[in-house]
Amino acid sequence: MLPPITLVFVIISKFSFLHPIQTISGHDVKIGIFSFILLCGVILIVGFLHLEYYTVIPTIACSKIALLGQLLHPRHFINSLVHCFMGVIVAWCCAVTMGLRYETLGYPCTESDGHPQMCLNEYHLILLLAGAFVGFSHSLLGVIYNMNYVSFHTVQQYKYLRFKRCLPLVVKCSATQALYSVRNYIVMYLFLGYIPRAWICKTLNLHLDSSVHPLDSIAGLLDLSLLYHLWSSATFLLLTWNITLLLFRIFVTEVYSFPVQSSFTEDSHQCLPKVLTEKQPMILKFLALQDLALLSQHSPSRRCEVFSLSQPGGHPHNWNAISKECLSLLTDLTQRLVAYHDTVATNGRAKSLSSGKDLMSPRPVFLMKTPASVFARSVAGTPQSPLTSLFTPDLDSPFASPALRRLTAPVDQCSPWYGTVQSPHIMRRAPKLWSTSTGEVEFQKSNISFSTHRSSNIQVLSNEVVKNFLAKRVLIMYLFNKLPEASSQALFADSQAHIWALEGLSYLVQASFSEDQFGVVQTTLPSILSCMLVLQEAVDRHFKLPHASSKPVRSTSSMGDSTYKTLRFALRATLKTAIYRITTTFGDHLNAVQISAEHRKRLQQFLEYKE
Amino acid sequence: MCSLALFPPPLPSGQTTLCESNNELLSGASTEDRLKQESSPLSLHFPRESLKLHSRTESSSKAAFLDHSETLWMRSAAAWRDGGFTGLLNEITNSHTEVPKWLSMSSGCILALLRWVSSFHGSLFPHLTLSSEDMIAEFSQVLNWSDCVVRAFAWHPHTDKFAVALLDDSIKIYNPKSATTPTLKHRLQRSVAAVQWKPLCASALAVACQNCLLVWHVDPCSLSTRPSSGCAQVLSHPGHSPVTSIAWSPSGSLLLSASPMDSTMMVWDVAAESCVPLQRVGGGGVSFLSWSPDGSHVLASTPSALFRVWETRMWTCERWPCVKGRCQSGCWSPDGSRLLFTVQGEMVIYALTFTDAPGQLSHSGPQAAAVVADLSETTFSTPDGDIVVGGEIQSLVWDPRGERLAVLLKGDPQAADRPAIIAVFKTRANPIFELLPCGFVQGEAGAEPRLMQFHPNFQHGALLTVCWSNGRITHVPFYFVSAGVPHFGLSGSPLLPHPQQRPADFVNQSQHHHL
Repeated sequence: MLPPITLVFVIISKFSFLHPIQTISGHDVKIGIFSFILLCGVILIVGFLHLEYYTVIPTIACSKIALLGQLLHPRHFINSLVHCFMGVIVAWCCAVTMGLRYETLGYPCTESDGHPQMCLNEYHLILLLAGAFVGFSHSLLGVIYNMNYVSFHTVQQYKYLRFKRCLPLVVKCSATQALYSVRNYIVMYLFLGYIPRAWICKTLNLHLDSSVHPLDSIAGLLDLSLLYHLWSSATFLLLTWNITLLLFRIFVTEVYSFPVQSSFTEDSHQCLPKVLTEKQPMILKFLALQDLALLSQHSPSRRCEVFSLSQPGGHPHNWNAISKECLSLLTDLTQRLVAYHDTVATNGRAKSLSSGKDLMSPRPVFLMKTPASVFARSVAGTPQSPLTSLFTPDLDSPFASPALRRLTAPVDQCSPWYGTVQSPHIMRRAPKLWSTSTGEVEFQKSNISFSTHRSSNIQVLSNEVVKNFLAKRVLIMYLFNKLPEASSQALFADSQAHIWALEGLSYLVQASFSEDQFGVVQTTLPSILSCMLVLQEAVDRHFKLPHASSKPVRSTSSMGDSTYKTLRFALRATLKTAIYRITTTFGDHLNAVQISAEHRKRLQQFLEYKE
Repeated sequence: MCSLALFPPPLPSGQTTLCESNNELLSGASTEDRLKQESSPLSLHFPRESLKLHSRTESSSKAAFLDHSETLWMRSAAAWRDGGFTGLLNEITNSHTEVPKWLSMSSGCILALLRWVSSFHGSLFPHLTLSSEDMIAEFSQVLNWSDCVVRAFAWHPHTDKFAVALLDDSIKIYNPKSATTPTLKHRLQRSVAAVQWKPLCASALAVACQNCLLVWHVDPCSLSTRPSSGCAQVLSHPGHSPVTSIAWSPSGSLLLSASPMDSTMMVWDVAAESCVPLQRVGGGGVSFLSWSPDGSHVLASTPSALFRVWETRMWTCERWPCVKGRCQSGCWSPDGSRLLFTVQGEMVIYALTFTDAPGQLSHSGPQAAAVVADLSETTFSTPDGDIVVGGEIQSLVWDPRGERLAVLLKGDPQAADRPAIIAVFKTRANPIFELLPCGFVQGEAGAEPRLMQFHPNFQHGALLTVCWSNGRITHVPFYFVSAGVPHFGLSGSPLLPHPQQRPADFVNQSQHHHL
């Protein structure tokens, strides 16, 4: 892994040279070299962070609160802080390179009484803070858009060509992102700019030059050259980082060819069957699967090795290991899909409602404090404390019987409180209802009428508490509402592996029709077929769920890779193609394969091209 | 080298070619055979009058609505959305009463400069100045595309169903085993230049339209005759229109699309709706694509005298400059080792041989193309007078077994004695590659062939489907026993002949000859 990374840095360092922000005209070479070394250091750290944080399986937040939790996770927080700090360093380099009024933090000035002292150069400060802000927002956006996710490409290309193709996009992204962050930064500085300024003045014992206009005013910030410099340095910062990211992605996802079998035992841990079965460095597993998919398509000689028998003993160890691993991957996905489908089917829509109804609990403060635990609880749908359950006609837990459901139905009609309080309009209407005592009484009555055993729990709620929690509810509702299709995305987050497994298996089976001399594939063919058919059924059922088949909005103008959003469609298409590949190759010979009657019926559909 | 002089003379008018049997093409007088042909469910006839054509184009509907004035900002935003930068400039220049003078002046100047640059660009690549309809007609494989009733045709690679794109922008799907013929219509489905079924899939059909690519998912079990436009995926990329050629990879995973306006070739991952542009400088666009049946190479011809052969593993390409004109058409042998192509302005068929393993194209590829057939004009005397056959070639198709090659000759629409005609060659790969004459395929009097395609898995030889200018679609079987069952390359085995499907319909067309 190290050589490509070092190469990345060499290329990157060249790049930072090729990107002079402004013409470096007649100023200190020493400082220039120093800042260049600093920049290289920053890029090294950024590269290291990418290495540390990258993932091949994206983490998908199912609700806003989970996303917030992700953002506040210490790991990401440290990441953000480091980015912030490096942003300052890069901004300092920019300031030094730009020279003129940005160069130093302090400058000698004379007070009105003629006493010489050091004054604060606010232009320098604003640039440094801009660097910090851009760095911070970059890392935040990185978490939101899954920028640490590394996706693999369906089309193999040489690294140089791939880099060349992506470069204009990266430049465009960096420029627009810089524009937006500078805009946000300006707004923030306008309102909060005096805090860091006062702090710096205090700690460094600098003075404010009263003759110079302060920058945190509209007039001070509407300085075109200042805005331009802010934007260009932000672009430079983002550009260097994004190029590092791009090169990192390209080098990490480069096809690596694993040997299928090795003649030396000490190399055996590097062989494809061994690497495939290992769990831990996920990237290695993915690379191995990619290599498997490619070898099964393109190289007859390596396929031959897969089909070969071991020399003493005559066992098809290679094929067994590969097919077993692929099948276990596919079975794993099938089980996951079936489990998900079962939970959704039993709870129906009630589950999503229950997570919404938690919000009605009169303890929003508590909820805010421990988002993770409450989130877990709301998903599990367990009965809540008496105080909470007062407001939750839980259709899924204790009162899930149809009779009770019928009972709750009229209650739904008479008060908007029950049932699905999902739109903010209803919530805004609600306080009126509550402010009158009659409404409250009515509510209590109705509540008693259908659950008498709960009546003991009813406490008199003061209007104060109600108003309090209502005000917060809109926000919480927003935070807790499940993002549509996110759960579906999360289910298929690592489906790239399954896609390769399907491709690899199906191409190998296809090749075995003419290349497999010993018939090693034939023994596993029934299990491969039934595994694929079961998965096909599970995938078909999953796509019948709401949101599963809705297409995500395509976003093109960001560095984040959104491939993971469409993985489930790719998996569905690959699965079908894989089954067709096998049926087309074997044709009627498949009737001799021993599979269950149900699967045979399904297979016949494929043989007749009716799927 | 084979030439047209070795061919048997064309049929007298009134006779149509029915089939090849016992090594010769058999013909029949049209009347009773036409009845026979029409009795078969797959022979179709689309009379021009039956199609509802668009009386007015889409843009002209603007005039039907009242003009209402919007603010300059709104109009500018709309212009930016519809016409991009040039549209915005146009809008500013035209509304000179509302904007400051300097703004309208400067935008007018920029517009003039842009036009000058684009006209310069257009003089380098003359095809860029064509309208999109003309461009499709120019680069399509169909003869005289704009006047054609059947604009595109595609057999399903595995079953006996096919899709027909008609002049009224609808697509019909015919399947002899099902009573329903779904008709596909979509708002964006305009000027269909090509259709192709996805291999290893029962339902997906890619359609090259004027502004985008559509991928229809037509459920073969569904009884609906009008699938909703929700069944279609729309794939579009800015600047990538009109799409004139598409090609699925034989493994069914990727879709290539090309537009003569765009020098990039798009590789689509259809399920994810994402694309990878493959760009090479030179050529001014990509007009025709053909994927070799074994999946290892792709032919991409450009509107200028240059074509490329891509290798599909790492997507590198080899440049092949032509002397005279652009590469008009090309086809691959079933094992992907040989490419036949024709060049506009020349009357010969060239062959390129790729002997090496895929992935090493650049090291030991062919050095020069060899001429394998000469199709220069030859005069035949028939009872109706002399007929001149030969000239430029519109398209080439090779049957999936690699035994018959059909060549559509353009002819001369003005001269009555120079009809467009299909010449069929027998091909032989061993001991040396050569083309042998087989005969001409002719239709009814007055009908000229426009489009042809071989059935992908016909059991008894080859089956050539021809779409005629009068809206008729006929099938001409070539019965032969192939010398050696062609050995497909590995990835090519989707094309393996399918034993259990023997369409009885094709046989009854010519049963009286087949005794």
